[in-house]
Amino acid sequence: MDWASVLVDGILATIGPITAAYAISAIGLNLQFGYAGLLNFGHVAFMLVGAYGTAITVDLGGPLWLGIIVGILAAALLGLLLGLPTLRLRADYLAITTIAAAEVIRLLVRSSWAQPLTNGVFGIQGFADSFFDLNPFPPSQLYGIGSLIVTGRKLWVMLVGWTLVMLLTLLIRRLIKSPWGRVLKAIREDEDATISLGKNVFAYKLQALMIGGSIAGIAGILLAVEQQNVTPDAYLPKITFILYVIVILGGAGTILGPVVGAVVFQFLFFTIDALMVNAQANIGWVGDLLTPAAAGQIKLVLVGVGMMVLMIFRPQGVLGNREEVLIDER
Amino acid sequence: MSADHPMAGVAPEPGVHKPDPVLISNGLQRSFGGLHAVDIDHLEIQRHTVTSLIGPNGAGKTTLFNLLTGFDKPDAGEWHLDGGALVGIAAFRVARRGMVRTFQLTRSLARLTVMDNMLVAAKDNEGEGLWGSLTGGWHATERANEQRASGLLVRFGLDHMANEYAGGLSGGQRKLLEMARALMMEPEVVMLDEPMAGVNPVLTQSLLSHITGLRDGGKTVVFVEHDMDVVQEISDWVIVMAQGRVIAEGPPEIIAKNPAVIDAYLGAHHGEAAE
Repeated sequence: MDWASVLVDGILATIGPITAAYAISAIGLNLQFGYAGLLNFGHVAFMLVGAYGTAITVDLGGPLWLGIIVGILAAALLGLLLGLPTLRLRADYLAITTIAAAEVIRLLVRSSWAQPLTNGVFGIQGFADSFFDLNPFPPSQLYGIGSLIVTGRKLWVMLVGWTLVMLLTLLIRRLIKSPWGRVLKAIREDEDATISLGKNVFAYKLQALMIGGSIAGIAGILLAVEQQNVTPDAYLPKITFILYVIVILGGAGTILGPVVGAVVFQFLFFTIDALMVNAQANIGWVGDLLTPAAAGQIKLVLVGVGMMVLMIFRPQGVLGNREEVLIDER
Repeated sequence: MSADHPMAGVAPEPGVHKPDPVLISNGLQRSFGGLHAVDIDHLEIQRHTVTSLIGPNGAGKTTLFNLLTGFDKPDAGEWHLDGGALVGIAAFRVARRGMVRTFQLTRSLARLTVMDNMLVAAKDNEGEGLWGSLTGGWHATERANEQRASGLLVRFGLDHMANEYAGGLSGGQRKLLEMARALMMEPEVVMLDEPMAGVNPVLTQSLLSHITGLRDGGKTVVFVEHDMDVVQEISDWVIVMAQGRVIAEGPPEIIAKNPAVIDAYLGAHHGEAAE
């Protein structure tokens, strides 16, 4: 059993651009769910719309920077379209609408009807060359400390990804620590009370949905750019629920919660993955007992157990305030 | 009631005109299915008074509150606050215009501190706009609001709790916080929906003195109450509702003897049964 390599694999995956993208998406969800109390169960759709907005724009001959702007605006527009009819109603309606809309959008994008634009199930590839042209690091050179080694290409995406995480965290911090953020938290606690205090609750909820959606759009664009690939079936509903796990794990309604949640989740996930692979290769009876397919299933079970243990001992998440969780809401 | 009281000489009858009404409603109607929850021809609330709204359960008191404050839409009718029409105005705008309500079940914003509960109620904070929150420049307003909030918290005996979560307050403290929070908006009219419900007798006295304090500070108070003793003690005027209608109004000492009111509370045939 090579424990060092298990740890190295786990850490490498954790610091990678995918974690940064999940952290960004979780920052958007945290604004909606953790601060405004909005139940958006279709968060993955905002990532899809962002990614496809970018890919299609470039595919039609536009420059990448324009594609990125189109992607972000398209995600904000989705927030507007979903929010306008539902945010005046009870919270459940937003939940139902978003979960359905997310699947409808994915199926629409992969349908043969949309194929001229989206290329259906095959998706769009190779639209981010101009992003990698900007890479100051030679793409195939290796960079690293000790055993933690990444290519110049990956380092470039990591640098951009984690810079975005930092900037968006600072943006959210500024918003939340302002009176605007206080109104958002008031809405989470009690909508009618906030209306009775003269606040335009509908407008605030719409803003939160649109800003959080645009941030998810940025996450979707980052993922698509790093993989130079968008395919509809990468945007399954389970992504939304992984993001909820990340937000709750890190501490919903805390500023750094989504980032910490993404790091902890990805570390657990990939370290357990590396552990299973390593055990299969190096411990004879494990290799005899488990097929790779079964190992994949057991990995998910172990991740689930890990989450449950965390939630039992820290229901407020890693960064949350225990006192807040214990308040009974009369 | 002394002769120089503003309500002196106003006839104790439903829909009567008052010398200086702040709130006027005409033809207000609201039905739920076949039930006429509110059906009031004309109603006026005198400025700078404590007016209590009483009536048996289901009389339509809370529905009337909801209609007047924009939380529910009437089937017909119109009403004015200080001359400004409020028909079709969203509830949050009604609050901004100066008519603030509280709720029957206290609505403290549990996971906000007591101070934040107060600050969120302040009007015209430029930091509450998306753009304003990003550009900053709201800190001066915030300081001024904090000062005013601290003053109110002292007045309501909550200053030592300013940095606690509102969810950690006792039931009575939440009532006080809700009242203090409403005052943060500098309202003209304060509508209190059963402020005394589920409150111990000592706190009831404290709440009552705060209510009369509001009037003496130049506010108009309308409040829903069941307990006739409480109503007698502090009201300048009493409006009695039953089955969606105003069946009587007048000074408390006259209302207490009004046979229509006694009928509404005890049933129409109590007198005959006793004979």
